[in-house]
Amino acid sequence: MRNLLETIQIRPLSDSALVVQVGEGINEVTHTKVKTILNLLEKNPFNGFIEAVPAYNSVTVYYNPINVYFSNLEKGVQSPYENAKTKILSLMNQSNIADTTYNRLVKIPVAYGGEMGPDLEFVASYNGLTPSEVIKIHSSAQYLVYMLGFAPGFPFMGGMDKQIATPRKESPRLAIAPGSVGIAGSQTGIYPLETPGGWQIIGRTPSRLFLPEQSPPTLLQPGDRIQFVPISLEDYAKDLEVKSWE
Amino acid sequence: MQPGMLATIQDLGRFGLQKFGVIVGGAMDSNSLRIANLLVGNSEGEGALEVTLFGTSLLFESDELIAITGGNLQPTVDGKEVPMWQPLFIRKGSVLKFKAAISGSRAYVSFSGGIQVPEVMGSKSTYIRAGIGGFQGRKLQKNDVFECNTRTESGEDLFNQLQKKTSYLSWSVHYTPFVTFKKTQTIRIIRGSEYERFDEECLKKFFSTPYTISTHSDRMGYRFEGEDVQLKEPFELLSEGVTFGTIQVPSNGQPIILMADCQTTGGYPKIGQVISADLPSLAQMQANDQVFFKEVTLEEAQWALIHQEKEMTNLAFGLSIKRLHQL
Repeated sequence: MRNLLETIQIRPLSDSALVVQVGEGINEVTHTKVKTILNLLEKNPFNGFIEAVPAYNSVTVYYNPINVYFSNLEKGVQSPYENAKTKILSLMNQSNIADTTYNRLVKIPVAYGGEMGPDLEFVASYNGLTPSEVIKIHSSAQYLVYMLGFAPGFPFMGGMDKQIATPRKESPRLAIAPGSVGIAGSQTGIYPLETPGGWQIIGRTPSRLFLPEQSPPTLLQPGDRIQFVPISLEDYAKDLEVKSWE
Repeated sequence: MQPGMLATIQDLGRFGLQKFGVIVGGAMDSNSLRIANLLVGNSEGEGALEVTLFGTSLLFESDELIAITGGNLQPTVDGKEVPMWQPLFIRKGSVLKFKAAISGSRAYVSFSGGIQVPEVMGSKSTYIRAGIGGFQGRKLQKNDVFECNTRTESGEDLFNQLQKKTSYLSWSVHYTPFVTFKKTQTIRIIRGSEYERFDEECLKKFFSTPYTISTHSDRMGYRFEGEDVQLKEPFELLSEGVTFGTIQVPSNGQPIILMADCQTTGGYPKIGQVISADLPSLAQMQANDQVFFKEVTLEEAQWALIHQEKEMTNLAFGLSIKRLHQL
């Protein structure tokens, strides 16, 4: 068990947000620290805390400088930033990095290729593979959701096999269908909404990733592990709910 | 309802969900929105109409108490100019129309009681890309009809007072502590996380030459055209939190300022961050307007915001006194 303080640095993002920087790079050790910090802040919010946003190796903390200022008037003239920073540091000082974090395994059905995955052939030929080899490689790994961003519920995942890594399209598509599963470099991801995008689309899931009527409003959370399960077009048409695959 | 260029319902934004990738959104010029609400007896964060540039018109099917703030888009009622920054009584059957922006770019129309649309994930703000919030999750269209909630006690009091008046009020809110409307403005910024990674000559130019707002600018971001800003040497940056006012520089060297509808995370180097106190004035600028960037310290930025907040508290208090003394 190590003290969290040894591994973090705090810097301002704006006059109402700061960044708790945690280590370097994309790896599961850093991810565990990020999750620990997020949980600590959410369970022990300081006066003026608004929300915290985890990323690969940082947590951005949003606060209201006016609330921080007025809740610390009696304690001297430190700026709201210095006050918020002090509070976060003392919270981290009392805490250790969690040894384990619970990870859900979510299985996501994907219809690969054809109309659902117009770039599957390209990904295969780019890597000197057959389409079915690409499907096999893509659906045999488990991926860790490091963070959500870009669009509500869009998972930034790590762990894709380099054998199927493919650069982004030279000119992005103007509209990608919701549920599209794509590859960009050695990342893989799923588009929750219709947006423009340059990823190579290899399949599509009938699972909804953004669920505004639910709390939390997204199918996936940082820390989840996901696995893609190939399904047929007929199964896709049956509009399978992801629950049946968990 | 005629939508004009763009009209959406906005409040102060959707908080607490950025970790799911759900944007904050909300009014581009939050100060004008807050004042519009205070003028009609609403809580300052109530949802109101954000009207952009020109062409929006509204037919009133009942008597209403409203206020118009923000940029001067030449509001008229039944063809006659109406004053901004004060409460207005609008008679049933009247048509409110915005001609074109002569200052600023966005006007806010508050309705006493607030617009009757459901809160989605804690906010009435329209999030167009996700199709949620505001009016059916989209920008307003021709023939849309919306209702207002019951007025608050102070809203009802104001409504009754103004209903009896035959002329407009002789006063209006002094808005300069909250927002300015100029074609060329100096915008204060603090250093961004990657400031030190930029070339020193480029940084000098960044702070001494004007940047022009490009026509490819919207509620998500303002793109700029001006002197190139380049890094000392290229490097890979992992995606992390970004916010309203973050100045990113992509590899083409032309800065982009993220605005109210920006995404929650980004991976371009951040040269600076517009201070919160200056965001409303920046949000009122339009394509081809010019910005000069000026560096201030984080402490100065936070004091500027605290000072502005004190002014807002004073304004709210002043307005409540005016109501007590029958305007």
